This record gives sequence, structure tokens and C-alpha cells, in this order.
Amino acid sequence: MLTNSLFKKPLNPLEGSERHHNKVNRPFVPDNLCIKCPSCKTMLLSTDLKEDLYVCRKCQHHFRLTARQRIDYTVDPGSFVEFDKGMHSKNIINFPDYGKKLKNARMQSGESESVICGIASIGGYSCALCVMDSSFMMGSMGTVTGEKITRMFEYATEQGLPMVVFTVSGGARMQEGILSLMQMAKTSGAVKRHSDAGLLYITVLTDPTTGGVTASFAMEGDIILAEPKALVGFAGPRVIEQTIRQRLPQGFQRAEFLQEKGFVDAVVSRKDLKATLSKLLSLHAKEEEQ
Amino acid sequence: MNAFERVTAARAKDRFTAVEYIDRLFEGSFFELHGDRRFGDDKAVVAGVARLCGMPVTVIGLERGRDTKEKVERNFGCANPEGYRKALRLMKQAEKFHRPVICFVDTSGAGCGISAEERGQGQAIAENITEMMTLKTPVLSILIGEGGSGGALALAVADEVWMLENAVYSVVSPEGCASILWKDPSKTAQAAECLRLTSQDLYKMGVIEKIIREPKSKEDRLFESLRNTIYKKLRQKAELDVETLLEERYNRFRKMGDGKTVFFREG
Repeated sequence: MLTNSLFKKPLNPLEGSERHHNKVNRPFVPDNLCIKCPSCKTMLLSTDLKEDLYVCRKCQHHFRLTARQRIDYTVDPGSFVEFDKGMHSKNIINFPDYGKKLKNARMQSGESESVICGIASIGGYSCALCVMDSSFMMGSMGTVTGEKITRMFEYATEQGLPMVVFTVSGGARMQEGILSLMQMAKTSGAVKRHSDAGLLYITVLTDPTTGGVTASFAMEGDIILAEPKALVGFAGPRVIEQTIRQRLPQGFQRAEFLQEKGFVDAVVSRKDLKATLSKLLSLHAKEEEQ
Repeated sequence: MNAFERVTAARAKDRFTAVEYIDRLFEGSFFELHGDRRFGDDKAVVAGVARLCGMPVTVIGLERGRDTKEKVERNFGCANPEGYRKALRLMKQAEKFHRPVICFVDTSGAGCGISAEERGQGQAIAENITEMMTLKTPVLSILIGEGGSGGALALAVADEVWMLENAVYSVVSPEGCASILWKDPSKTAQAAECLRLTSQDLYKMGVIEKIIREPKSKEDRLFESLRNTIYKKLRQKAELDVETLLEERYNRFRKMGDGKTVFFREG
């Protein structure tokens, strides 16, 4: 507005005040009214985006969600009961700045760790649920993350409940050293016991799932679902590019690619996820529970 | 020796590799078996059957190769999915014949590349970890050089994990840690220190059960005593009923970071 009228000679003295007047009457635009889709760059109204479960109307890009949003979108209203809430990591090997990082992560995400666990029902079918959160240190798996997931699997085994796990993770948490690596074995042990008890385990891979989480419970589901275009792999794309010194092909390590290679049962868009989970749970319910 | 000196020692060119341990410990009885029966044969994994003091055992090793040509052939000890699947095939076979399994771990990490991802590196490692957790025969893993992250763990879900004195075992390489966390590759030595990856540190944390002194030469008496120590341990584990064996293995990992053995509190 300033540049538009910068070289304009005022027609009359009132114009100056008109400029001021315009400024006051400019429509009020809150900062977060519009959100740009990072994939197709379309401006989306945040109210629309919310209504569409944070999926772009134009290109179907699935925005990242917090664990609480996922729980909201997935379980029957009011059915979620959280377990081990508030359990949080400490700087167990005295890694430089880790304490500070944890504090920041807690403040930024409003969560105490990178996974939220509990029981809930989906379409009326009870299950135990672990939902990872990328806003907490990129969903990295520390000892507490591993412990919460292990406890949930043990509880589900005891109670005969199916498990549903949403994964999003940059991998094992470096700042906890070898003990974070050991969480891969610990969680896998609990998954195996749950499986040996004849119980159903569904994983939902979301963007991005890599490293130690991919190489443990993410890939251990009886049924593996993935959100469209979610990046899923063991080594991250940047690391691979640096190692092989060439660009990776388009769509490499995306959910659709994994399905093509035989590692994912189905790619399910967010709006169909609840119905899909509830259908799968119902298909695995005992005859008398149907 | 500080942590980074140990990392350097663990990677040293003249260090004994898996094949050399296999030659010395099994006194020429080792017979190598190839292939995963699904895709191919990964030379980064050397696996087969042998006798240890008369006891039939299955042996699996991550082999990084000794000269340049062999290193390239063996992909520097970085196994691809078919390597882990070969290892799993032989572990399942060991279970069938009630043979204990001995794994020699020496890798900077699992193979990294387009083909490894296409064939499911993550899935292959995950499957090894879960299957080893309930493998109905004793499993002993010995870290003889580098234990690089998930690629090492895929052969180290065992009843006991032992380590050579100068071997290292870590969630990430010190180079990786320095460049990812601090964006500064010159801080590699500091990262090595912070990660607590030496045998002494891991022993204190309860991640390994035994530290083995370094062999000084090919004729070192160490190999003889190591053979006997392994034999005794496997005999002892083989005498347990399967249920106890698996319960103990589960609990071995279950206690790592359970809020009692390491320090975090619920608040």
C-alpha cells in the first residue's frame, strides 16, 4: 500500500487521512487463517484444512499431525484412556545438552515423551493404542518411548487386546546411547509375545518412519498400513544419497513404493483410516464378539 | 585408551575378522552354507555349521574382509537384507537340530543403498530381532570389532553378549553423531566419548556380560581359553529348559531402560 501511493501526488489534503483510514479498515486477517500446502503450494483455509483432517484438498498431501490429533481422528469420541502419562526421560548417560533438549521438546510439544499410549475403541472395537509424535524430538525412540510401548504390548497381551500403533520417527535417540538401540530388542520381544498369544497387531506408518523404529516394531505388524506418500525406510534418503553419490528416483521409499515392493498391505488415506481400522478389527473379532 | 582410540582400534586393518575367529575357534570343522533361499547369497555374512569342543553349533559372522578385493566383495561387512535372511535361515535350522548359535559381530552398520531399501532392510532386521528373541536354542553373540547400530543388533539378540576389550557397540557412529547433532565432523572424538560405546561402559550399563582380552597374535593362547569359555557357557545354557531360557532372554532386554535399572522417574 505504501509503495502504491508513494509517488502519487495527493489530490487534496483529505487523502492523507484516507490512507490512514484504509489501514484501519483493512479486513482482519489472523496469522494462521491460511496455510500453504508444502506440496502443491496452494493456499488452504485453515478451517477447511481442519475439516479435511489436514489433507490438502487439491493434491491430497497429508500434513503431519500431532499424536493427540491422530487419536482424535481415529478413536471413538471419549473412549481413549491414557496409560503411563507423564513418564519422561532423564539424561541417563549424561549426554551434553540432552537435558535442555528434553525440556524444550516437552515445552514445544506439550507432551512428556515421543509416544502416547492407552486403550480406546475404534468403531466399537476395543484395542490398545500407541501413537508416536513427531513434534517431540522427531519421534525419536529413547528408553521411555521403548518402555511405554513395551508396557502397552504387555498389557494388551494380558488383556487379550489387539494393538494399533501409529509410527513416526527419525529412529533411535542418539542422546541415550546404546540403551536406545536396546529398545528395538525390548519392544520386539513384547511384540513377539503378543503375537504368540494369537493377537492382532496393526501398524500405521506415517511420514516419516525411519531407522530403529522401521527396523523393529513398525515392520512387525500382522497388517501394515501406511498413509499416502509417507516416507518409510531404514536409512534416510539423505544418508543414502551421500553414500551412493547419486540422486534417488522419484517416489523412492514412499508408501506406494513399499506397497509395490511387498512391504505394506495397503496405503490408506486419512479420511478412510478409521473405517479401515474398524473393519480390520471387526474381521479379527471372535464370532461371538461381532 | 580413550573412547576414540578404541574406535580406531576396533576398525584397525590388522584386526582379526570373523573368519579368523572361526578358523581358530572351530579347529577346521567349519562348513560354510550359502544363500537365503529367497534372493541370493550375501558375502558380508559368513554362516555355517561346526563343532565346538565336540558340540555341534551353528556359526554366523559379519565379515568385513581382509584385503581390498575381499572388502569390496563383502561390502565391508555391511550386510544387505539377504544377508540377514541367510542368518535367520540358519538360526531356524539350528533350532530344528538343537544346535546352539554363535554370532560374531563386526560391522559399521547395515548395508545402505537403493537395493537394500527395495528388499526391505528394516523388515529384515526387525524379523531377525523378533525371531531371535524366541529362538528355542541358546544364542551367544560376540562383538569382535565394530557393533554398528541396528545392523549389529540384528545378530545380537542373544542369551549373552560378549565383547572384545577394544570392540565398540553404538547406536550411531561417532562421525554420524557429530555431523547430525553438532553439524561438526571435527567433534568425532568428543562424540565417541559421549556415546559410551566402549566395552567397559557397556559392561557397567549391563548391556554386555563379559569383556574378552584382545588376542596378541594368531597363536595366542586366548583362542584356546575362549573356546573353552564359550563351550562352558553354551553347555550351561543348553541345560536349561526352553521356557526358562526364553524367559531369561526376554528379561535380559526387558530390564534395559525399565525405570529400575536406568534412571528415569514417573512424574
